[in-house]
Amino acid sequence: MATLKELSAKKELFSGGHRLCAGCGIPPIVRLILRSAGSPVVATTATGCLEVGTSIFPYTAWRIPWIHSAFENAAATISGIESAYKAMKRRGNIPADKEIKFLAIGGDGGTYDIGFQALSGALERGHNFVYVCYDNGAYMNTGIQRSSATPFGSATTTSPAGEVRKGKKEWRKDLTKIVVAHNIPYAAQASPHNWRDLEKKGAKAFNCGGPAFLNIISPCPLGWYTKSEESITAAQLAVDTCYWPLYEVENGVLRVTYKPKEKRPIEEWLKIQGRFKHLFMPENKWLLEETQKRIDAEWQRLLEMDGKHVF
Amino acid sequence: MEPATKTKKQVGLTGNSAVAYAMKQIDPDVCAAYPITPSTQIVEDFSSYYADGKVGTELITVESEHSAMSACIGAAAAGARVMTTTSSQGLALMWEMLYVASGLRLPVVMTVVNRALSAPISIQCDHSDSMGARDSGWIQIYSETVQEAYDNLFQALRVAEDARVLTPAMVCMDGFITSHAIENIALLDDSEVKDFIGEYRPKRSLLDVDNPITLGAMTLQDSYMDFKHEQSKAIAGAKAVVAEVGKEFGERFGRSYGLMECYRLEDAEAVVIVLNSAAGTTKVAIDRLRDKGTKVGLLKPRLFRPFPHEEIASALAGTKAVCVLDRADSMSGFGGPLFSEVRSALYGRKGCPPVIGRIFGLGGRDYTVEHAFGVFGELYDILEKGKVEKPFGYLKP
Repeated sequence: MATLKELSAKKELFSGGHRLCAGCGIPPIVRLILRSAGSPVVATTATGCLEVGTSIFPYTAWRIPWIHSAFENAAATISGIESAYKAMKRRGNIPADKEIKFLAIGGDGGTYDIGFQALSGALERGHNFVYVCYDNGAYMNTGIQRSSATPFGSATTTSPAGEVRKGKKEWRKDLTKIVVAHNIPYAAQASPHNWRDLEKKGAKAFNCGGPAFLNIISPCPLGWYTKSEESITAAQLAVDTCYWPLYEVENGVLRVTYKPKEKRPIEEWLKIQGRFKHLFMPENKWLLEETQKRIDAEWQRLLEMDGKHVF
Repeated sequence: MEPATKTKKQVGLTGNSAVAYAMKQIDPDVCAAYPITPSTQIVEDFSSYYADGKVGTELITVESEHSAMSACIGAAAAGARVMTTTSSQGLALMWEMLYVASGLRLPVVMTVVNRALSAPISIQCDHSDSMGARDSGWIQIYSETVQEAYDNLFQALRVAEDARVLTPAMVCMDGFITSHAIENIALLDDSEVKDFIGEYRPKRSLLDVDNPITLGAMTLQDSYMDFKHEQSKAIAGAKAVVAEVGKEFGERFGRSYGLMECYRLEDAEAVVIVLNSAAGTTKVAIDRLRDKGTKVGLLKPRLFRPFPHEEIASALAGTKAVCVLDRADSMSGFGGPLFSEVRSALYGRKGCPPVIGRIFGLGGRDYTVEHAFGVFGELYDILEKGKVEKPFGYLKP
């Protein structure tokens, strides 16, 4: 495992000067992931904040080969790149000892929703690639519309907190669990505030020999209505309240990689975010209670599975 | 020297088997495909070649046609020679990615086995699928017979990968009528194919990790249009390359191809213009009418994208009446797509003949020699009356 000093000495493959927002969770995630690969990486990105913010022609933030083709197909695109690598290596057009890693990145829109089928297909086919989902919990690039990753109760521009309906009424889709059901060698949840855990998971993902999936919570000051300087705190609170547990499933065995010494009440995470403001009105108290109950139950279930074979 | 294949024994193959065999001979680096009627057999046959280790290809059995084209794009951007195939709804599902493949200038080659689009659902032939993709920036080559579908695939690859073109290409043939009909065709030797298509070595590739490129960048008002302009010039220029490659194919193998086929057109008064297999039926009608002394002829465009507008207009100089038969309706209330293109090509030309358009054969409806007689009859009516009463409409059953 790399120390912070070692990580900082590694070549920066994601240039500054990109147009992602101040306080956006994506750049630290991408920088850590690229540092964790250990070999040259070829990446593709689904349409979204990361793509738009890093590639406005004629500039690019990518110091690695990078392609964007569309919104819903990052996993299919990387399938093609990885297959080309295999075929060309077999034919001797690429030296046998030339190791290249393959990375697909999408937001929760491009991963949980519109890109879900392509992701499932690529995982099932067993391509050797890492898929990173930066989950900021809504379609932030197009102006904060709900996704299936949007938390229960959250206000978005397509699930506003109105007179009658109080934000998103559905619980979020547990995509990590669905990915685990594909029986891939490695899947994990991570957070940018815990760089050590994230880097370690990145390294495991790149070296597990098959498809790997990392679901990483990504604070979004614009859509969460948080202060830019509080992004990393917001990520930490998501983990310490157990809204976003850090765990991994390696060859079928689940391990919770971080257990908060003191589990914080969910209000602590919600109250710093403008998108949950309406939940703190007295008449909506039951929504908060509902949220806490569900998080407690899910955390409990996860702890019960800790150390066990889940497939 | 006698071209090698001219004397070769012929073999009986369906259109699909011939295309799959051509793909085996080409032996692309990557094939990503999803089966759909009536092109399924191409994927099945190719999967057998793959299973038997007869190709060095990496076969990606994707979960949808959208992913098929997405994987083709990824593979082509990685510097691979890439092929796929589809039909109908499959092509429609790829629609978004067709534009990405052509916009990124990736020379993917795809066989489209033409089939009607839903609704109502039909698995039979018409051209609404490939015509729906006519503005996607892909080169489109149409094939009357199994032999043409086979020969066109090698040529399409050469054209698409040509450094002057770098544009994806689709080779179209009629579903069932050609894809499932057994014809005697002459095959090329593997070595002839290898010599003809050569190696594909793109200048830039995602796998060249020492020289990283950014592909598919976001463009703003200051650059998008310039990319499109370059693309437009490249596909327009593909016309000359198609002609050049068709000629070379003829010199090597004895079967020459141009931008179109003119059948008994030289002194023809009444001319039918039609794509793919219906051209064969029309030729039979023409022979019979010619036997009776009627001056009728056929123009069969082989290249539809880019559209050989000057060549078609020149070939029609001297004709007195033209009927364009479309196996697709563009639902414009103004005839089919081929009709619009031909009329537009002729517009403003001196002595421009009257041009009518008729939609035929949708969803696999038969087109017989009798239908062709009817069409020529309509053209002679126009010549007699000196006016066009119905410029466009559906062919009577």
